[in-house]
Amino acid sequence: MSEKPKIGLYWCASCGGCEESVVDLAEDILGVVEAVDIVFWPVAMDFKRADVEAMEDGSITATLINGAVRTSEQEEMVRLLRRKSAVVIAYGSCAHLGGIPGLANQFDREQILRYVYEEAPTVSNEAGTRPSTEHRFNGDRATLPSFHHAVRALDQVIDVDYYIPGCAPTPKLLKQAVEALLTGALPPKGSVIAPDIALCEECPRKDSKPEDLHIERFHRPHAVMADPDTCLLAQGIVCMGPATRGGCEALCIKGNMPCTGCFGPTSRVRDQGAKILSSVAASIDAEEEADIIATLETIPDPIGTFYRYGLPGSFLRKSLSQSS
Amino acid sequence: MKGNGEIRIGFYICHCGSNIAGVIDVERVAEYAGTLPGVVVSRDYKYMCSDPGQDLLRQDIAEHRLNRIVVASCSPLLHEQTFRRAAEAGGINPYFVQMVNIREHGTWVHDDAEYMTGKAMDLARAAALRVYAHQPLERKQVPIKPDVLVVGGGIAGIHAALTMADAGKHVYLVEREPTIGGHMAQFDKTFPTLDCAACILTPKMTAVRAHPNITLWTWSEVEKVDGFIGNYTVTVKRKARYVDEDLCVGCMECIEACVYKRGKFDDEFNVGLSKRKPVYIPFPQAVPPVPVIDAGNCLHLSKGKCKDTCVEICGDRKAINFEIEPEYQEIEVGAVVLATGFQPFDATRIPYYGYGKYPNVYTALELERLVNASGPTGGTVRLPDGRTPERVAIVHCVGSRDEHYNRWCSRVCCMYSLKLAHLVKEKTGAEVFNFYIDMRAPGKSMEEFYNRVSTEGVHLVRGRVADVYAEQTDEKKTNGQIGRVVIQAEDTLIGRIRKIPVDMLILSTGLQPQHDSEDIRRMFNISCSAGGFFLERHPKLAPVNTFTDGIFLAGTCQGPKDIPDTVAQAGAAASEALALIDRGVFELEPNTAYVLEEECSGCKSCIPLCPYTAIAFEEEKKKAEINEALCKGCGTCVASCPSGSIRQHLFEDEEIYREIHGLLAYA
Repeated sequence: MSEKPKIGLYWCASCGGCEESVVDLAEDILGVVEAVDIVFWPVAMDFKRADVEAMEDGSITATLINGAVRTSEQEEMVRLLRRKSAVVIAYGSCAHLGGIPGLANQFDREQILRYVYEEAPTVSNEAGTRPSTEHRFNGDRATLPSFHHAVRALDQVIDVDYYIPGCAPTPKLLKQAVEALLTGALPPKGSVIAPDIALCEECPRKDSKPEDLHIERFHRPHAVMADPDTCLLAQGIVCMGPATRGGCEALCIKGNMPCTGCFGPTSRVRDQGAKILSSVAASIDAEEEADIIATLETIPDPIGTFYRYGLPGSFLRKSLSQSS
Repeated sequence: MKGNGEIRIGFYICHCGSNIAGVIDVERVAEYAGTLPGVVVSRDYKYMCSDPGQDLLRQDIAEHRLNRIVVASCSPLLHEQTFRRAAEAGGINPYFVQMVNIREHGTWVHDDAEYMTGKAMDLARAAALRVYAHQPLERKQVPIKPDVLVVGGGIAGIHAALTMADAGKHVYLVEREPTIGGHMAQFDKTFPTLDCAACILTPKMTAVRAHPNITLWTWSEVEKVDGFIGNYTVTVKRKARYVDEDLCVGCMECIEACVYKRGKFDDEFNVGLSKRKPVYIPFPQAVPPVPVIDAGNCLHLSKGKCKDTCVEICGDRKAINFEIEPEYQEIEVGAVVLATGFQPFDATRIPYYGYGKYPNVYTALELERLVNASGPTGGTVRLPDGRTPERVAIVHCVGSRDEHYNRWCSRVCCMYSLKLAHLVKEKTGAEVFNFYIDMRAPGKSMEEFYNRVSTEGVHLVRGRVADVYAEQTDEKKTNGQIGRVVIQAEDTLIGRIRKIPVDMLILSTGLQPQHDSEDIRRMFNISCSAGGFFLERHPKLAPVNTFTDGIFLAGTCQGPKDIPDTVAQAGAAASEALALIDRGVFELEPNTAYVLEEECSGCKSCIPLCPYTAIAFEEEKKKAEINEALCKGCGTCVASCPSGSIRQHLFEDEEIYREIHGLLAYA
């Protein structure tokens, strides 16, 4: 009996939705379990770090890592898994681009700790205690991982072979990737396993997009009743579709919500936010600077809008330290 | 580099006499460039653009098997073509050349030798890295249609059309009025020579009609323009004239026979100073000599009830045809000359001059008609009450040089005001006062003309008119006469306020863009200057070209100018158009943008951004499509394409990133 390919799954800075998406394979997961040996999956099965350390280098056929890298523990684990795996796949927006946790890069480490442990309205911490990496009590020693100064996408820490995009990836994409792994029909290293064409291509509302948008003000999706058949940009709702890789089959649009960009840019674009920003800004129907500013101010959170999933991997990367 | 083989770069730094070498240590830069990866030859040379400099390139290409060239010298605007040609002559693709601007961006703006030498090295490194990624490119050729369109049949359009027709080109001349001739046909005498406008204009008008190479469409307007240099498709609307141009012999009997025994409607040609019938001809020498029927006032066309005496008198010729419908003609032309002219400033916009309020306040154009022998008064200058004016004032700069109206100098008003002063004095013997801000008389024979008129006894008052009001008179004495108006101005030469009562006031209104110049601008995809006149490509070196290839400008649509300048410019526009058409083909620079068809998602973001309307949405494929012939390589769409699916030759991402890396990699 030939040995089955070994698969690992691991979770870094993320919400857990990616793990859910594996389970979303539903009955197909049985086929996967049949075809592979899962050698490491902390969220579902009882493996310890020591088990991984004991494996031979390169012995895991492929490891799917979701989540961004923020702590020393995550960094150690992904370096370890890199060593043990023949193929590393960044799974989901956070591993791929930095994801929602990456928005923390707008603030420096000190700002974050101060807010979370002192200033947040729900916190009561008069002593101003902060987590420390080591604590001794009655002769016992407890440790915590250290908190890095920035969030990084997986490929900013280790070499990544493939990317499966999405927040979370759709079961269809995961299935495609697993099939590719099993059959060995792998794309060139560094590929994002999804179509390399923007979402508009597969958008059911494509034909309703006018050539000229003439946006006078932007609307947030919760504040208007969007027409379910008309291009959302034409309704003044920021839709990241034109700057976002397709492959999700326009799931959000079908739910009458705009694309928020979770599949990241196409392979030809280095900075998704800058791209959609230049395109959207050019659609503003105003000539005078004051009017342009007034229109732009109807987007209350530009970074959270245009860089929702990709701040660490963008040209912006992170803000400079603001604390002394 | 993908399939580019071994890269062998030649680096050259030009001394440009002392322009560059006076600041930069060129030998040090050349020495440094020689150490960069791929650079096999590195030299400094006195004048790279000279013949020996270009020979050096060619020899090195052969001797050292160079396949990339970097020249550090002046702006690419000046010599990019020179070095590309030299490289081509040496046997390599001309687009393997990259220039580094160390003169305009360097020694002309920095004098710190050490700093500038370092900057030259940085730029050299960026270019040497960049050329690695250069791909061979080819210029494409687009055939040029041999016909030309001239829009506007004033003196500019007439002259341009005749020039090109004489050169054997087929010209379409489109004029929206019923006759060609434009404003010049309305003028009486022309400054500074005082020759009669009609005498010099009408022969040219009849020559247009008689010319076998000119298709003249009056009472017609351009509706739509598509295409690009050498290949414009233009739709012209031929408005319904109701008189068949092919059948009419110009006997004018229909005008005579019209049920209206007398003119009843404002005569446009005489600026409302006389009345015309619904069937009319603007003036006796109109070309074509074919009447036009004003549909809004013709009883047959507006009410459907008329004895149709005009049809009756026309008889078997059957030239009058109320069934005529507007006709749309589509023509294909290689070039377009825009000669759409100006409109005079509307004097009612300045209420304190009293135009429209006092019957004895006239515009200059109205005076042109009054002094003209074929005008409404047969050339007699009289007031509306029939009297001959004894005192006349002429106000210069009406609407011009005024921040509330038009900021520009209309350029012709000083001289035509002097001309009108002369003519009024000659015809009436009146005392004439000219109020001017500055007397502007540049140009051949203009100062002499000014001297002549000033010695004829015209009072030249240097001062801006502040107010015009009715003279207070004892009503019993007026005898139904029109009262005088008082002109109040500060005479800045004597430093006193003057109040001069006159019988007649003439307002020298300035020139401004046509009311629909914005529509024309859009239709032909050209730009406007601040005031709204069409923008030339370069104010000095390309004064009749526009930023849209194949569209040329003639006459006052580009800015105020007199007849001699208009004719000169029309000739220039005609010769530029001829030069283009006679080439037969147009070479396209290959630095154009292109759509990656597979990758384009059809989001249409790029389409409204193109300043040259070069991008269209291909409905069948649902993808963007760039017309190479229209693309100017500005890169706007490339930068904005949200999915990175538009790229640009010579400005590929890889080339730009390499250049940036080169710049930032401090050695």
